[in-house]
Amino acid sequence: MEAFSRLLDDLYFTNSNLAKETILSNYLRATPDPDRGWTLAAIAGTLRFDLFKRNVIKSLMQERMDPFLFDLSRDYVGEMSETVALAWPQSDSPVRLNRLPDLADVIDEFQSRDKAGIRDYLIMLLDNMTPAQRWALLKLGTRGLRIGMSARTVKRTLANMKSVPLDDIEKLWHGLEPPYENLFAWIDGRAPKPDMSGVLTYSPVMLAHPIEDKDFDRISPDTHQAEWKFDGIRVQISAGQSGVKVFSRKGDDISHSFPDLVDAADFNAVIDGELLVKPGGEIGRFNDLQQRLNKKKPSKKLMEQLPAHIMAYDILSLNGEDLRKLPLSERRIHLASLTADQNPDRFSMSEKLNFKTTDDLTALREEAAQTGGLIEGLMIKDKSSLYVPGRPKHGWYKWKRDPFLLDAVLMYAQRGTGKRSSYYSDYTFGLWNEEDKLLPIGKAYFGFTDEELKEIDKWIRNHKLARFGPVQEVEKELVFEVAFDSAHESARHKSGYALRFPRIHRIRWDKPAAEADRLTAIAALIGA
Amino acid sequence: MNASAEKKVQISSIAETWMEVRAQGLYCKPADCYIDPVEPVGRAIITHGHADHARSGHGEVFATPETIAIMRTRYYTNDDTHETALAYDARTDLGGGVTLWFASAGHILGSAQAVLEYNGQRVVAAGDFKRHPDPTCAPFEVVPCDVFITEATFALPVFQHPPLESEVDKLMRSMRALPGRTHIVGVYALGKCQRVMKTLRLAGYAHPFYLHGALKRLTELYESYGQDFGAWELVSEIPRADKGRFRGKLVLCPPAQINDRWSRRFADPLPTVASGWMQIRARARQKRAEMALVVSDHADWGDLIRTCKETGAPHVWITHGRVEALEYALRREGINAKGLNLIGRDEGVE
Ligand SMILES: [Zn+2]
Repeated sequence: MEAFSRLLDDLYFTNSNLAKETILSNYLRATPDPDRGWTLAAIAGTLRFDLFKRNVIKSLMQERMDPFLFDLSRDYVGEMSETVALAWPQSDSPVRLNRLPDLADVIDEFQSRDKAGIRDYLIMLLDNMTPAQRWALLKLGTRGLRIGMSARTVKRTLANMKSVPLDDIEKLWHGLEPPYENLFAWIDGRAPKPDMSGVLTYSPVMLAHPIEDKDFDRISPDTHQAEWKFDGIRVQISAGQSGVKVFSRKGDDISHSFPDLVDAADFNAVIDGELLVKPGGEIGRFNDLQQRLNKKKPSKKLMEQLPAHIMAYDILSLNGEDLRKLPLSERRIHLASLTADQNPDRFSMSEKLNFKTTDDLTALREEAAQTGGLIEGLMIKDKSSLYVPGRPKHGWYKWKRDPFLLDAVLMYAQRGTGKRSSYYSDYTFGLWNEEDKLLPIGKAYFGFTDEELKEIDKWIRNHKLARFGPVQEVEKELVFEVAFDSAHESARHKSGYALRFPRIHRIRWDKPAAEADRLTAIAALIGA
Repeated sequence: MNASAEKKVQISSIAETWMEVRAQGLYCKPADCYIDPVEPVGRAIITHGHADHARSGHGEVFATPETIAIMRTRYYTNDDTHETALAYDARTDLGGGVTLWFASAGHILGSAQAVLEYNGQRVVAAGDFKRHPDPTCAPFEVVPCDVFITEATFALPVFQHPPLESEVDKLMRSMRALPGRTHIVGVYALGKCQRVMKTLRLAGYAHPFYLHGALKRLTELYESYGQDFGAWELVSEIPRADKGRFRGKLVLCPPAQINDRWSRRFADPLPTVASGWMQIRARARQKRAEMALVVSDHADWGDLIRTCKETGAPHVWITHGRVEALEYALRREGINAKGLNLIGRDEGVE
């Protein structure tokens, strides 16, 4: 546990990716099985279970600390785990350990104990730990580890340790389970490469380019097809003899969140499509989908309210045969016959849209803009294109609808990181509610030029109000025209809304803050 | 409310008849004198030399000899300033029936609590203070009083400062583990710099320190008061080409310099920040520190509450920082605590 905590601290505070890889590979070489495998799982986000629930931590703190002081502390620190790690009040007569148990022992203990036992064990560990170790334990236990290291970087580290191409690890990865003892046996040269035949794995996906003006010349109804670009998430369904898996675009296995899809998939194929939810048979908002994405084990009720649906648009393999070398037009024929046999509530095929000219495409895109964010725009694909992972030139284009715009008032600013660390470059802005109070609706840290950044920074320095830790409140006078892709209702935000991809579109130096938009404008834009 | 609590409120209201909060700072009416004013005033009591407490332009200054020396070094006073240097425990008559003396605050060299006595009442304005040991200044002294005026910079239960030795140990371990890198530690020029150097010496670091020029004058000033930091050299006096000289060694500079152009002259620099704020991960990341040393010259949560209780003061006034939390916690202890909402204190400086 000590080594694990030290590793996390080292990774957390190291800036360069290369240095992080070195630190991780040194740790993996020096640490025995199965500890290193559990560490790998914690960092790559592949642990399949919580060691304890956030609620257990919450209730422990409620018993031990004044709730008002805890809330002030959490607000200041910004998140719960770190607050608990720092403020943990020792038990009156703590059980003292000579040394902390190994990571694997900690995981075993938590898994083998009942509710009360988990509580006692957690208390004992926290009583014996430094703040950094507590942070490591709490993040591990609730699977909330964020140390700025992507699953891809982790896989690259493994590839470099074995001196094999990244793709070799990528192919193995989804067939392996923590604590990865067969993987390390192979890396150490003690065993052959793990056998992945019959295991469902993730295949890298094909991506689209944003369309540019010059691209329209090559587009015609004979050579290209147009489809809606839905506002869900891109997934890959891999189904066969050994089961069904749903992978996210990054290759994460999210099958556990979608048992309704897994149960319905009745085919032996790999399908590429958009994951949506269909409350009441209609396509739902991204916000609805998010409720499903966040649930590791969805309740029956939730699955009935927000049934999952796949809008399929491509097929990579069928009955063991790789179709990626076929042109899109032929792949679609296979896809059509496959989806025809599936439950239409769960699987449908993305329809081809009729168009003859660029004007027709413009009109379709306009239509997408009127859906209040349900449809993000158009996909335009070369019918002869093969399925090539990555972003091949002139294969697929995406043409997003114009962003929504709102005039919002700057409320708080924070310094940036890196090159921008001396500037106030992160902005929180708000809209007026019915009582003429500003409520924050989002945060943005890009969309402006370096020149504008300097001007805003200067303005902020001359209009400071109170300061909350790193957050600087400013006078409510500067208006930003904010662009965003969509908005959804959010109970977590005081304003009741959250924006997707907000960015600064224009600085309205001239506009009086009182004339900025009101919260009701969001509702009108998204038609909620 | 019980009878004794009511009596306490009464005492407070008497203290409030002769101490008040003005825009310039805390003001003692009968003596016509401010404590750590943020603007130039006629008469000022200065608790210590940090820039958010000591400012330039006052007509008359009361402070410890060390604080006066610091103020001169930083050009906060000039030939026209009327200076009264008061060693710890030496009393002076401020006029109007008010007596002033200083008790040590354990914050930095010369730092003091201003003790004001008037009409049989004693008010102690602690300025910034700490209770952890510090080899570069006199330890905090508890002065029983009627009103204790405290800071609240680190007044949240999340702030439990580790012993300095463990943080210095972390730094020394890192230097051993990464001998190819130059550890660049960002420290404030006054207090932090000297405390870190001294503690490193006590932990056995024997090589000369390399200092940024901004740390020179105050380090020399500490030395003139008998502090010994061993050998140190100015980075600016070492030829640029001699990059390798710093490898595996310690460089100290102001915090803003650790990721600045200035740091590029060193071999493979490892930016480190030493500050009480480093307890909070996001803060440390924000400074782009690759190592965060929790080194604070302020009292942490436990010490703030302990100190307020030890003074026996029925009333505690809180000047700046996380006022709300401390006010709440002290009231739960039966102490009449209230925030003064003083402006002009800088969070960054410690
Ligand atoms: Zn200070």
